[in-house]
Amino acid sequence: MEKRITLPLTREAAREIRSGDQLLLSGVIYTARDAAHKRLVELVEKGEKLPFDIENATIYYVGPTPAKPGSVIGSAGPTTSYRMDAYSPTLIREGETGMIGKGKRSPEVIEAMKKYGAVYFAAIGGAGALLSSCIKSAEIVAYEDLGAEAVRKLEVTDLPVVAVIDSFGNNLYESGRQEYLQTCS
Amino acid sequence: MREISSYMIRDAVAQLCIEANCILPSDMRKRIEDARQNEPWDTAKGILDKIIENYNIADENNVPICQDTGVACVFMKIGQEVHISGGLSDAVNEGVRRGYKEGYLRKSVVADPLRRVNTGDNTPAMLYTELVPGDKIELTVAPKGFGSENMSRIAMLKPSDGIEGVKAFVLKTVEEAGPNPCPPIVVGVGIGGTFDKAAYLAKSALMRSVDERNPDPFYADLESELLQKINSLGIGPQGFGGRTTALAVNIEKMPTHIAGLPVAVNINCHVTRHKTVVI
Repeated sequence: MEKRITLPLTREAAREIRSGDQLLLSGVIYTARDAAHKRLVELVEKGEKLPFDIENATIYYVGPTPAKPGSVIGSAGPTTSYRMDAYSPTLIREGETGMIGKGKRSPEVIEAMKKYGAVYFAAIGGAGALLSSCIKSAEIVAYEDLGAEAVRKLEVTDLPVVAVIDSFGNNLYESGRQEYLQTCS
Repeated sequence: MREISSYMIRDAVAQLCIEANCILPSDMRKRIEDARQNEPWDTAKGILDKIIENYNIADENNVPICQDTGVACVFMKIGQEVHISGGLSDAVNEGVRRGYKEGYLRKSVVADPLRRVNTGDNTPAMLYTELVPGDKIELTVAPKGFGSENMSRIAMLKPSDGIEGVKAFVLKTVEEAGPNPCPPIVVGVGIGGTFDKAAYLAKSALMRSVDERNPDPFYADLESELLQKINSLGIGPQGFGGRTTALAVNIEKMPTHIAGLPVAVNINCHVTRHKTVVI
């Protein structure tokens, strides 16, 4: 059954989530892809302030299509997460507690998640039209020059995600496959 | 000689960019719906239901199925009896520019692979032209997302690796890709030719309907066997476990050198989009 989670996600709340949990997220999330992550980490390295509060923040790896007139946003499904692997440990250390994407993560990211308390969620890749209906408002907060890759502040209601990797390192991509193979083959 | 205006090509490309991105072809829908019926794993059934709901929403609201509206791959089979008035690649790029703007599609192309500045209009298209007999143009637009493109691989196998080597390479590629390319996937395989031709064959294989098997029974059997083997890996929809890892394996092949066995695997996601018109 799906459980409702209200954001922001504290480190303590992140520790309560388990790999395989089906969740509906509501609250504020920020969008960032490769190019924005690179800039965010450069700011951290220079000791400068980030364009949004990273403490307990959840970042959604998405580059939406342009909003049609009368719409809040266009299609908005997740992009593949491993391209953010080089940057995520830094952001987790700085306070990020949730990441939404799809696909595998590196051992370094998982280590940082375990150390600081963060969760990696997957939204359904390729379901951009469905997921965009959960987004109630969207506002660019940084890097407008990046177009689809700009950092946006989104308010979401009941965004369906699956906790893939929890703060203990349990990984649904491994366990789900194993369970299926043991049960059905 | 039949005269075809480049404006006609431009307008057709613009229209195809929008339609391909918003309407999933019927062969793909049927595959996904059949897979849903045959899927024994509950999590996987739930994911497939959401995937079906998603393409229905996209269709009804005329919005992109996926936010990665791709780089526009444009395939043209140009009849030798056709004369195109005006510049062809300019017309195709102008069509892409208009289609991506008017269709509210994402602009996902950077002008330079290392300096990475977005071109802002999704141009240039990846244009493939082929001369064929006749006085018509067959025009296909296939927006290609990069979640799946990035999981594609090529290998220059030895002739002694044979059919077993090809099977092993295809399975390894799919297994290593795991959840990344948004399974259930469509697997395009190109065997033979040269390094570049194998990759082209793999991409062309993705243009074939998922209902159509290779006309050579030997390769049709190989397609079926690989599909069955891929769907025994247990990766499942989105990689959460399940039977439905791939919806189809399409193989294209051509002659090659005595010393080589090139094999390329081009992966496409469950949003395998392409639309064709004949001018």
